[in-house]
Amino acid sequence: MSAEERTTGPLEYRTEAGRMSILGFWIFLGAEVVLFATLFATYAVLFGRTADAPHPAELFEPSMTLIMTFLLLTSSFTCGIAIHEMRRGNAKGLATWLIITLLLGLGFLGAEIYEFVHYVHEGATLPSSAYWSSFFVLAGTHGLHVTLGIGWATLLLIQLARRGLTNVTSRKFFIVSLYWHFLDVVWIFIFTGIYLIGMVI
Amino acid sequence: MANTKKRIPTQHVIGFLLSLVMTLVAAWAVIGSDLPKMWVIISILILALLQAGVQLFMFMHITEESSDGGHVPWNMMFHGFALAAILVAGSLFTMSFGFDHGDMDMDDGHKQEQHSEHSE
Amino acid sequence: MALDEFFVTGEPLIYAGMVSIALVTSAIIFLLTYFKKWGWLWREWLTTVDHKKIGIMYILSALVMLFRGGADALMMRTQLAFPGLEFLDSQHYNEIFTTHGTVMIIFMAMPFLIGLMNIIVPLQIGARDFAFPFVNAVSFWAFFLGAMLFNISFVIGGSPDAGWTSYTPLAGAAMSPGPGQNFYLMGLQLSGIGTLATGINLMVTILKMRAPGMKLFHMPIFTWSTLVTCFIIVFAFPILTVALALMTIDRIFGAQFFTLTGEGLPMMWANLFWMWGHPEVYIVILPAFGIFSEVIATFAKKRLFGYNAMVWSMIIIALLSFLVWVHHFFTMGAGAFVNSVFSVSTMLIAVPTGVKIFNWLATLYKSRIEFTVPMLWSLAFIPSFILGGVTGVMLGMAAADYQFHNSYFLIAHFHYVLIAGTVFACFAGLVYWYPKMFGHKMNERIGKWAFWLFLIGFHICFFPQYFLGLDGMPRRLFITNIAEWLPLNVISTVGAFGMGAGFAVFVFNIYYSYRYSEREKTGDAWGHGRTLEWSTTTPVPFYNFATVPYVDEIDPYVRMKEEGKTTFDEKKLKPIHMPSYSGQPIIMMSFFALASFALVFEWIPLAIAGLLGGVACMAFRSFDYDDGYYVQVDEIKRTERKARGL
Repeated sequence: MSAEERTTGPLEYRTEAGRMSILGFWIFLGAEVVLFATLFATYAVLFGRTADAPHPAELFEPSMTLIMTFLLLTSSFTCGIAIHEMRRGNAKGLATWLIITLLLGLGFLGAEIYEFVHYVHEGATLPSSAYWSSFFVLAGTHGLHVTLGIGWATLLLIQLARRGLTNVTSRKFFIVSLYWHFLDVVWIFIFTGIYLIGMVI
Repeated sequence: MANTKKRIPTQHVIGFLLSLVMTLVAAWAVIGSDLPKMWVIISILILALLQAGVQLFMFMHITEESSDGGHVPWNMMFHGFALAAILVAGSLFTMSFGFDHGDMDMDDGHKQEQHSEHSE
Repeated sequence: MALDEFFVTGEPLIYAGMVSIALVTSAIIFLLTYFKKWGWLWREWLTTVDHKKIGIMYILSALVMLFRGGADALMMRTQLAFPGLEFLDSQHYNEIFTTHGTVMIIFMAMPFLIGLMNIIVPLQIGARDFAFPFVNAVSFWAFFLGAMLFNISFVIGGSPDAGWTSYTPLAGAAMSPGPGQNFYLMGLQLSGIGTLATGINLMVTILKMRAPGMKLFHMPIFTWSTLVTCFIIVFAFPILTVALALMTIDRIFGAQFFTLTGEGLPMMWANLFWMWGHPEVYIVILPAFGIFSEVIATFAKKRLFGYNAMVWSMIIIALLSFLVWVHHFFTMGAGAFVNSVFSVSTMLIAVPTGVKIFNWLATLYKSRIEFTVPMLWSLAFIPSFILGGVTGVMLGMAAADYQFHNSYFLIAHFHYVLIAGTVFACFAGLVYWYPKMFGHKMNERIGKWAFWLFLIGFHICFFPQYFLGLDGMPRRLFITNIAEWLPLNVISTVGAFGMGAGFAVFVFNIYYSYRYSEREKTGDAWGHGRTLEWSTTTPVPFYNFATVPYVDEIDPYVRMKEEGKTTFDEKKLKPIHMPSYSGQPIIMMSFFALASFALVFEWIPLAIAGLLGGVACMAFRSFDYDDGYYVQVDEIKRTERKARGL
């Protein structure tokens, strides 16, 4: 573990420990891709197995899912701006944009909870059929990731307030931003794979 | 990143606009267009892949210099997505071919044909 | 819940198990208290983040698990040789073959290999520790507590009994109610997360922490096999995580993934399980190939033949391993086209594997072989493994598989590849690197006894099973009083006890060598070491390398010895940065283990409390800015001079 420090380039990459953590997180994201792919595979195979529960095309509302998608897309954009500000050395900008990101994330979560409650009211519950089991677990796993991301970023904001921008805090923020963008990637596939295709078939 | 000091993050803005446009096009293809179903599905899947690319390259800076050109991240993402395709397509292929089509008779005949080929 | 529902009652064998657990636990507690070793245990082992100590803990746990799985195997063999004795009833037999399979694959083979990787890989690449030592400790405790959770099932709540593959609908809530199957799900989940973290950790370690100058294609072959294995782990284990989670949600929260109601699809479990399960068998065999390559090159005293071909064949095996999973359920009833595709991809794997076999033979060709114990294990591996591999290709033919499926032919096949491949490699690797870990060799004479007993026992045990399979004996059968099967079953049981005796001698050798073996004075215990791990002193100082050598070739230690270079260059000494020990990993994972235990019994509030505790530990860790400490030059000088007798 050499402590050699670079003196140029983004703060988060200057130490060997920082570079290793970021690399490790990319590898972890590779594992996350497979995790969600397995859920997608289950969803695809169980598609149409709704038993006595409603068919998804009866329940899905394009406007609702589009709102959720725009909330998450925008949050991914503001998260990118936050990291851009961090690399300019602007801790205040980082905090502001990240808080906006988290608020958008909370909005997304609220919409998702509303959507789930609505489906349950219509008789599409987790135990109602194989299809709805796979739907709730796939979308729910993504929602759980978003929740964890919000909690995680909040902890980092406290650390930022205490310590300011250092090699360590900027590495942590960079990693949480990778996580957040990745959740958007997953959502794009949920939006396409579940909602759009669900409305076509 | 070369443009660290720039005030306006052009790349992010372009990426954001691109993803908004692609989302709307995908939604239109499903709701508004009368393209055949197969074409709709293929085109929205391609749009989803492009959007994932926007996130990876324009927002996550997967190939930036500081991470050694993103050699390892790129490798992990590429293989992750390749495996994702194998998982989804492979599961559909395995779990529906042969007994989920309702035309078992034809399938059985097919199977017997294969058997006799092997035994020769 | 009444106490007699909580504890398993009514079985004399299980009462005996409870008594022995109680006795062993109280003996350990007594000894630790009597010799005032609690503080030592906590400071030196439970809180360690040193890869060498964690590796030793992995290997010790794996040996205990080998004993447990072996005891299960001997009980099964006793039942099959003397079906009239009614030694086990059908329920108990089901539980034992389930735990035997699960323990051997998940809690024996993988931790044994991961233990060896832990100790050896950083030494082979010239690193001071893992990339993330803290995470390494977390991984170990996840594995260890997962293993313990799985293992207490036979006295508390009841063992899982649906086979190690845990196929639905049998394993679903409708047909297997109660905690047994939940133990399987939660035990594997917990240890699986640990394995995934280790995979990421080792990958970053190998990619980022190699000695200066060492390119990927300069790495020792065991390190290469570890890198490829970690690649498989990272991509395969999430599939298991999801599959287990889905079945847990099915069983506890009433979802319908793998059920017979609600249009669930039970075979989807098999599909997901084997999408992980097939890569998993390569996770346990590739490191074994790496170990054999090291041992064979060392004792043939030659550079490994076809280094590049060895590396590329491993990479190709890794990629192919994700494309063959359906061959585990050819008889599901998928169409001929599906089966043909996977039949072809299965047989393709024989090609790179064959390349490796020929490379080992070519390394041995015209060399002066030294018949040490690790070399004996490696030499025995080649023909034994070929027997397993060739029958594997037979099983890979979909049409023929309709005959072989779920018969003892299959049992014989996978024991031939897993024992002759993985278990032989574990023994070979342990004996080979034993002096690095403990500062003395294992006794060669006793080691040879253990080897011959185990090898002969192995062939007597499993070779007849091919013929039992061809005679139509199905697996997982507890009554075998069919006259034609009996003689071969008795022979097989004799062999099993031979293997048991071999293992007992091996364990005795650990004790004997601890007492009587000569202590090592140099780091290069076998005298023919080729890679960097032999260039350190024995015992290895906690910082591994005082100065890291510059490496620009394969087998760098050969040249270092010729040029008289060491890993102690007083002029180049600098303070070394080391991570601090921490009690957080064991506490954090204990919370998650508590949550898992609560989920087994479906006590939801306690499970939530455990989860929150674990998450709180993670948050606490996030605020912990402990950067470790520096070892000063003076201390390094003192340590090295003492170890080198300067």
